[in-house]
Amino acid sequence: MSPRLVVRVQPEDFDPAREAALLTDGRTDVGALVTFTGLCRDESGRLAALELEHFPGMAEAQLTRIAEEALVRWPLTGLVVLHRHGRIAPGENIVFVAAASSHRQAAFEAADFLMDFLKSRAPFWKKEIPVSGVGGDWVDARDSDEARLARW
Amino acid sequence: MLIRYFAWVRERVGLDQETVDLPPSVETVADVIAWLQTVDDAHGHAFADADAIRAALDQVHVETDAAIAGAREIAFFPPMTGG
Repeated sequence: MSPRLVVRVQPEDFDPAREAALLTDGRTDVGALVTFTGLCRDESGRLAALELEHFPGMAEAQLTRIAEEALVRWPLTGLVVLHRHGRIAPGENIVFVAAASSHRQAAFEAADFLMDFLKSRAPFWKKEIPVSGVGGDWVDARDSDEARLARW
Repeated sequence: MLIRYFAWVRERVGLDQETVDLPPSVETVADVIAWLQTVDDAHGHAFADADAIRAALDQVHVETDAAIAGAREIAFFPPMTGG
């Protein structure tokens, strides 16, 4: 069977278990399923929400390019890449990546690769909305995130 | 040329997009940034630190030495912070 690829950018929350099942339902060739869910944390009670801005169109296209690169590099049976935008409260999901393969190493590595590239190559920008209601700062890109790309 | 702005670039410019007539001497993304710096104070503030600006031509990420000939739109934004 050919690999399954699901890429979505949406404001709504999602159910990680249901998204992961997209890669296993009806298939018997999957031996490994790695999932990653990124959540909004409250930064020790300081954060009321994150406001996630995105570049409509380019966001979907760029996530698809990154996922297709992973399909070239690893023998995968499927990938799900899902990213939310808009206002996201602490405790809510932001991002989800699932990688399925016959064997675990490809699934682990592909999920890691996807998250590294998604953080600094997909057009999303986080703004912190503080509990105090005053101001709100754009999150700075980290040099460490950029450095992680060099691993691949 | 359609120019689109995102995140703090958008906030500082005060617009999410605008259509501009670029002079013929503007040939690269870096030239566009240099030109935008001179438009008014808001643009000058947004583009003051050119090294902090990233760009996309027709929704594909490019370096600032990329030629703009043939592009329909340019987008400017800070380094991405997804995930």
